[in-house]
Amino acid sequence: MLVFLIRRIAQSAIVVAIMSVLVFTGIFAIGNPIDVLISPEADELERAAAIARLGLDRPLHEQFFAFAGNALSGDLGISFVHGVPAVELVLERFPATLELALLAMIIAVLIGIPLGIWAGLRPDSPAGRIIMAGSILGFSLPTFWVGMLLIMAFAVSLGWLPASGRGETVDVFGIPFSFLTADGLKHMLLPALNLALFKVSLVIRLARAGTREVALQDYVRFARAKGLSPARIVGVHILKNIMIPVVTVLGLEFGSVIAFSVVTESVFAWPGMGKLLIDSILLLDRPVVVAYLLVTVLLFIVINLVVDVLYSLLDPRIRLGGAKA
Amino acid sequence: MKHQTTVLAGALATMLLASHASAAELRIGTAAEPSSLDPHYHNLTPNNTLRRHIFESLVDQDAKQRLIPALAESWRTLDDKTWEFKLRKGVKFHDGSEFTAQDFVYTLCRIPNVANSPSSFTLYTKGIDSIEVTDPHTIIVKTAAPYPLLPVEMTTFGIISAKAAGGEGVTFDKAGCKADSWPSTQAFNDGTLAIGTGPFKLAEYRKGERVVLERNPDYWGEKPEWDKVTFRPITSDGPRVAALLAGDVDMVDEPPLQDLERLRKDPKVSVVETMSNRVVYLALDQAEKTPTISGTDGKNPLRDIRVRQALSLAIDRGAIVKRIMNNTAEPAAQLLAPGLFGTNPDLKVAYDPNKAKQLLAEAGYPNGFELTIGTPNDRYINDEKIAQAVAQMYSRIGIKTQVDAATVNVFFSRRNKGEFSVFLAGWSAATGEASSPLKSLVATRIKEKGFGPTNYTGYSNPKLDDLLTQALATVDDAAREKLLAEAMKVVSDDVAILPLHYEVTSWAMRKGLSYAPRADQYTLAASVRSAK
Repeated sequence: MLVFLIRRIAQSAIVVAIMSVLVFTGIFAIGNPIDVLISPEADELERAAAIARLGLDRPLHEQFFAFAGNALSGDLGISFVHGVPAVELVLERFPATLELALLAMIIAVLIGIPLGIWAGLRPDSPAGRIIMAGSILGFSLPTFWVGMLLIMAFAVSLGWLPASGRGETVDVFGIPFSFLTADGLKHMLLPALNLALFKVSLVIRLARAGTREVALQDYVRFARAKGLSPARIVGVHILKNIMIPVVTVLGLEFGSVIAFSVVTESVFAWPGMGKLLIDSILLLDRPVVVAYLLVTVLLFIVINLVVDVLYSLLDPRIRLGGAKA
Repeated sequence: MKHQTTVLAGALATMLLASHASAAELRIGTAAEPSSLDPHYHNLTPNNTLRRHIFESLVDQDAKQRLIPALAESWRTLDDKTWEFKLRKGVKFHDGSEFTAQDFVYTLCRIPNVANSPSSFTLYTKGIDSIEVTDPHTIIVKTAAPYPLLPVEMTTFGIISAKAAGGEGVTFDKAGCKADSWPSTQAFNDGTLAIGTGPFKLAEYRKGERVVLERNPDYWGEKPEWDKVTFRPITSDGPRVAALLAGDVDMVDEPPLQDLERLRKDPKVSVVETMSNRVVYLALDQAEKTPTISGTDGKNPLRDIRVRQALSLAIDRGAIVKRIMNNTAEPAAQLLAPGLFGTNPDLKVAYDPNKAKQLLAEAGYPNGFELTIGTPNDRYINDEKIAQAVAQMYSRIGIKTQVDAATVNVFFSRRNKGEFSVFLAGWSAATGEASSPLKSLVATRIKEKGFGPTNYTGYSNPKLDDLLTQALATVDDAAREKLLAEAMKVVSDDVAILPLHYEVTSWAMRKGLSYAPRADQYTLAASVRSAK
């Protein structure tokens, strides 16, 4: 287990190093942030002064080594746009994204697994067919469009739910969360649903495929022959055995939901990390983009670790060995 | 019975409306978010908008960008290089301390000392040579040379409290003021120094989410109607309009063009609009060699005035405004909308493709040439579509034209490196008068004078430079206005640059609210009123 962990961390460090070089040079190649940030009225002297203030007058390799040196001591630099530490900016937005992603995953599991199992047990029934057709829609409809549609239906026409924003928040250890207030939950529902749509479809498909396979296994027939109730057969014997692919995929998807919920966050003006990333890329705010990617990489590492551990819990045959990892 | 019900319903509705009004909360959805609460950190429209709620400047501008007194009650010139500002008495900062001349001195000292500022306000303070405080409410400002724009530039930066920042002993020195430390941007963001004299106080600031302001009960001027104002950044166009329609917000700025028609017809919404101070133009590279023109044996045809005239005559500005801008724009013949200070009422542009063809032939290009127009695709309203339309119009007179569109950060970097022979861009005259576009876009690039920072075309006419230099040293308003109008005519006669149209700025709000639309595009909560 320890060897496994150390190897994982070493691999991740390499990933982080490569990423930061790529992002650094990539953004440098796009252009000079001052071109976008400075007031067009500024004359050449002003421009030169601003470029010097942000340290952009130095050659790329000097800028990079200065950054790398500071990064090793935990300082990822000051945002060009906001003038505050980049890590702070990213972490400030993290809770909003996290709670939205969690709710989306909960919705995906609560809706996806029962529907998937149902469709798997009765693949030829009308209900099963409708579920599958629905999942195709969920896959193929663009998130942006569905988001707008949800807003038009539930916020503008029916007026049941707010169209955007985070609503009332409650501070837990100084971190604001929406899910603890009724108003906050109301604000979360539409974006979470929007974010969950794709995942629901994914879970339905995985659960259905798993169920169809497992339902024909000998132990399920045996359980049935033994006279176990259908609820127990489905709830214990089938459910447990279809969970491995579902957990793997959901783990990976959870990471991507957190890291790339950009579209949903823009449509619902949800003040999360995704929106920060897009804004920062547009303004070439390099410290923030780098900080964001580092945080994301870290997140993926943690999630993958958790998934691996969950694996070994779900399936005792899997061992976390140093050699296999 | 039916009648009774109607009356009852009416009474109920009135009560509901009344209760709504007494809550006096205003929620505004904005298309852009300020990057900081620090009034001197970033010279950017959303920052300057928010600044005007919390911090005031000595002089202010009204909706048409005419100067009005703010923290200075009056000002006058003692001679060409000396200005006297009489400060308003009895004005209190949000922490209760009194506003005096020292706060102005401290503000001027702090502006050059903002760490990491990506766009500094020193642009507007460097004309000041020395300051003399004759009494706590009188300031004498001296400039090195005659500097007529001083009162205009006084509108651009907000006054912070010297006392709150511990700067009571700081004195002005053009070479750099002395102080142990200068307030950090963070101290404004977290609210400790967000202390101004403005009509609103800061209540809450959550980056990316909202800024909440509450009424300043001790405000010296007309007190705003709203107890509480919330600004929420909703940067995507569709969702911003949806938030208004859903009643999440009471007002939005920059409603997208394609929704304007629908919003105007919606009985629950009202739309106001006004001509902005922004002109959208095509810049024509007039250097010896030019990058994106071919088929001319390496010569730059744009150096020939007949070609430039042809390029102007070939554009049907009316059609662009009508078809692409949905009539929310005005065809332009100069660099600032007529009516604003220093513009020339006599300038006209024509559309005549036949004459354009003839001029091209006279210039030696009967078969035209090949041209690529650079344009941003997410900066100005419908920017790429406008460039496409111009390209089609040019193709009609025989110039094979392509459009090279890119997102803002890529476009401006490439443009600044001189990668385009012709590019589309826009210019907002922050000062609301003609010297702003003339000085930046078409004056010869002279570093020491600050001329031509955005002149990427190599256009240079000494006559224009002289007129502008003269205007910028003429304190008498009428004489200066004449000089600027004359300079505008020189630019037009030379066809130095092709103005396309002036953008119109609009706001949409729920019925029952009114807003006096502003040429400078600011959304000021204090000017939003509910219908009485």
